[in-house]
Amino acid sequence: MSDSPPPPTSPPLEGSRVGRGVFLATALGGLTSLWWGRSVWSRISGAISPVESLIPLIPNGGWRIYTVSGSLPSFDPASWRLELAGAVERPVALDYRQLLALPKAEQVSTFHCVTGWTVRDVAWGGVRIRDVLAQVKPQPGVRALRFLSAEHPYGDYLTLGQASLPDVMLAYEMDGKPLTRAHGAPLRLVIPDMYGYKNVKWLKRIELVAHEGSGYWEQLGYDQNAWVGRSNGYRM
Amino acid sequence: MTRYVRRFSRTERVLHWANALGFFTLLASGLILYLPSLAVLIGRSPLVKDVHFWSGIGWVALLVLVLLVGDRRGMLRTARELDRFDVDDARWLLGRRPAPQGRFNAGQKLNAALTAAFTLLFLMSGLLLWLGERDTRFRFASTVILHDGLMYAALALLVGHLYLAVIHPATRHALRGITVGTVSEEWARRHHGKWKPE
Repeated sequence: MSDSPPPPTSPPLEGSRVGRGVFLATALGGLTSLWWGRSVWSRISGAISPVESLIPLIPNGGWRIYTVSGSLPSFDPASWRLELAGAVERPVALDYRQLLALPKAEQVSTFHCVTGWTVRDVAWGGVRIRDVLAQVKPQPGVRALRFLSAEHPYGDYLTLGQASLPDVMLAYEMDGKPLTRAHGAPLRLVIPDMYGYKNVKWLKRIELVAHEGSGYWEQLGYDQNAWVGRSNGYRM
Repeated sequence: MTRYVRRFSRTERVLHWANALGFFTLLASGLILYLPSLAVLIGRSPLVKDVHFWSGIGWVALLVLVLLVGDRRGMLRTARELDRFDVDDARWLLGRRPAPQGRFNAGQKLNAALTAAFTLLFLMSGLLLWLGERDTRFRFASTVILHDGLMYAALALLVGHLYLAVIHPATRHALRGITVGTVSEEWARRHHGKWKPE
């Protein structure tokens, strides 16, 4: 590929080796940021959040949308149902209006993704799981819940104990508005103490089961109990 | 009659455009994954993820291939040229004039050093994201922040680079150099006074 052969004797180059210095400093700074990046970023992003919403390039509020299938499920209020099934005496299917008629719960909580991003102070509106489960009569021996997404084959499990933590809910509102398609419309699971992969979106079916199984990401090696800061290789 | 002098070798030009091709493929597929509005619009996230991952591997492989097949000795000489900053380069960066420049001006040298470091960090953080999805030992809380931060920094460099190469009247003649290899002798004398074209 040579079309400019080097001269037999190149004159010695003058100056100091700033180029490699810049290269090494940048590479080293980037590498070590694996340890300091998150704490610095959380300070900066807190400071510039009013600016963030003005710049279209920065994703709104720090959310990213992760999906496992080719397209996002769409929500039709007329045909959508939340099925309550499994070890129950009689399965029940709630339509969207029946869901909204259940006692409404509201909370503000922080959402942590296992890949390292966090969205603070998300305002959720929805229903507590006990109010949903009150619609069915469980058979004896039920110790866990299976949450199935309309995004096939996504799903995950919580034990009854985890599902009855005070800030666990099935949310149909986010930041004062109906849940958008990207965030799992019309209904998603919210469990702030666990990483996002446990917070199943596009919820369409809850099964009452005797034992926890492995959810989508657990089958790929993620921790069953996705406690924030205490699982998946993270330590507080 | 305009006289032209050779500024960039074929290896340099192929390397530049291979890098540009890889970068734009990665930027496009990366933004689809990163921006919620695009993610919803386009969907097909597993496919886009595969495209992004394999273009990343392909990008770095292509750069290595060009360096191996191309004029290695010439590229080493280019690297040494980019490495050295003399007194005029310091003056140039501080905005003092006159500050006659070599074949690369000080800004181009900085851009080269940063771009090389960013490439390395993009590759490393991208691989860590991919591996971390498979094995918790490769998972760091800040990997995704590093990868995103690099994107913003590289994008800022790119915007400046494109402005100077395509829009700014005094410098856009350089685009000819990186495409066909030659620049006008008169332009070279004005912008790269210390450079002695062969």
